[in-house]
Amino acid sequence: MDWSIALILTQDGVVNAAIYALLALALVLVFAVTRIIFIPQGEYVSYGALTLAMLELGKTPATVWLLVAGGAAALALEAFAHFRGRSVPWREALFWYAALPLITLLLTYALEWQTAPQWARMLLTIALIAAMGPITYRIFYQPIAEAPVLVLLIVSVAVHLALVGLGLLLFGAEGYRTEPLWDERFSVGPLLIPGQAFWVIGASLALIALLAWFFSRTLYGKALRATAVNRNGARLMGISPNLAGRLTLLLSAAIGAISGVLVSPITTLYYDSGFLIGLKGFVAAIIGGLASYPIAALGALIVGLIEAFGSFWASAYKEVIVFTLIIPVLFWRSLTTHHVEEE
Amino acid sequence: MNDTILSVENLHVRYGKVEALHGVSIAVPAGAIVTVIGPNGAGKTTLLSAIMGLLPSQGTIHFAGETITVPDVEYLVQRGMALVPEKRELFGEMSVEDNLILGAFQRYRKGDRSISETLDEVYQLFPRLKERRTQMAATLSGGERQMLAVGRALMGKPKLLMLDEPSLGLAPLIIREIFRTIARLREQGVSILLVEQNARAALQVADIGYVLETGEVTLAGPAERLANNPQVIETYLGMSKRQEKLAAVSA
Repeated sequence: MDWSIALILTQDGVVNAAIYALLALALVLVFAVTRIIFIPQGEYVSYGALTLAMLELGKTPATVWLLVAGGAAALALEAFAHFRGRSVPWREALFWYAALPLITLLLTYALEWQTAPQWARMLLTIALIAAMGPITYRIFYQPIAEAPVLVLLIVSVAVHLALVGLGLLLFGAEGYRTEPLWDERFSVGPLLIPGQAFWVIGASLALIALLAWFFSRTLYGKALRATAVNRNGARLMGISPNLAGRLTLLLSAAIGAISGVLVSPITTLYYDSGFLIGLKGFVAAIIGGLASYPIAALGALIVGLIEAFGSFWASAYKEVIVFTLIIPVLFWRSLTTHHVEEE
Repeated sequence: MNDTILSVENLHVRYGKVEALHGVSIAVPAGAIVTVIGPNGAGKTTLLSAIMGLLPSQGTIHFAGETITVPDVEYLVQRGMALVPEKRELFGEMSVEDNLILGAFQRYRKGDRSISETLDEVYQLFPRLKERRTQMAATLSGGERQMLAVGRALMGKPKLLMLDEPSLGLAPLIIREIFRTIARLREQGVSILLVEQNARAALQVADIGYVLETGEVTLAGPAERLANNPQVIETYLGMSKRQEKLAAVSA
């Protein structure tokens, strides 16, 4: 190996790391607020990429019908709760489960997306996938929100498997690659950097800054942090766990979709590719102890670089090398953090 | 004082097979301080939790002119009920000011944007909190935490403030300050339901008192009359009277 190869691998690693960092942040956020280890995070990535690919090809992305069906199911659950005497926040329910899915459905059919600019297609994709977040929470997690972490994890595995299966049904087994936002290539020394790489890194950094602003400056962001710090205290302030859960999964789905549309011009994605990408984000989140955002982002950088260099030296083992990383990390974590029993 | 802000009738709460409250009825007139005293394990905290909707219960609850069939925390907070729990439940890793602002979350959601004025009022009531506004809540002393918990609840502009053992674990000087604040809040028109083991201080500040023993109200009446009731003196006040005498003798 010489310097030029090392530089190329580093470039590759850093671009991937930006995506892993976004997913790691989403995973830490979801776990902190809702205690859900959110395995389906990666599915939002592949759904996002493939939805964008469908729009490019001039087909109707089937995800929009999944969204409408999910919204209808969520509304049915709310109606059921209403008849059992629970107080249902109807205004929000109608917005998230009826109005938003129907608006995206209308937009998808009303406009000619194949000839639309790429950024418009990306925005529609992000809106469509992000809207799935609150619906996912309502259907699968809200009824068991008080369950132990293990039960929530098992449900997450089930949701993941269901979404992968649906992905195969909706998009088929073919892989897709989308148009880059920026076709230019830049040669810097031995490197030939595609414009999309700048987009990936720039958009990730911008999104991280936006999230930091959201959590430190806005009341809703503070409310999510408060729920993570003290659930009972948050409830007493009228911050309901359901509101926090909906909002958190909205953010996580949006982050997944953004990651998906960012990487899809770089790599070919299949209906099940999201899982591996999400899992690498998970390794990064574990490095941060599922608690620290900055260490999780740093972990993403480590994962990205190890993956890039691993694929050069032992390409057949690159996934194994990355996932084996979790063992020394867990060992080191078990030595440095004191264990707290879950109540 | 004709209006009743909260009335609870025949409230039952059970933990599994064990019934903790056997048909408790209490009423809080608007603008009054009502205290519920009683020994450890009598069900005082359970009573407040059930009213707030934190525990499932059976019975009738009327709050602010409305019958609450299934108490729901979020809804009750929105309607103007606030609970300062025994454990305070602060947001330890957030600043004092963020804790306070979050107390107004429901008001903000309803579109009320006069939150900074309420913040100034709370800072006036507890100048200490203003000094420590950027500090993490977890670094505060016991008394300051209690102030923060009360201040946070006041940020929601509650019609009824429920306080669970506000004097627990605090030094006597600070307890006096907390009770002075409670009296001052009544002047501002906040109705208060106060649960206390410190019966002497509670009956001094309250208008009406209830004695809760093993899940039942055994005595009720104007606070002054309760303070002179021989049974109450014997069980809840006598001990400290004797201590006072001892202290007087040794002095």
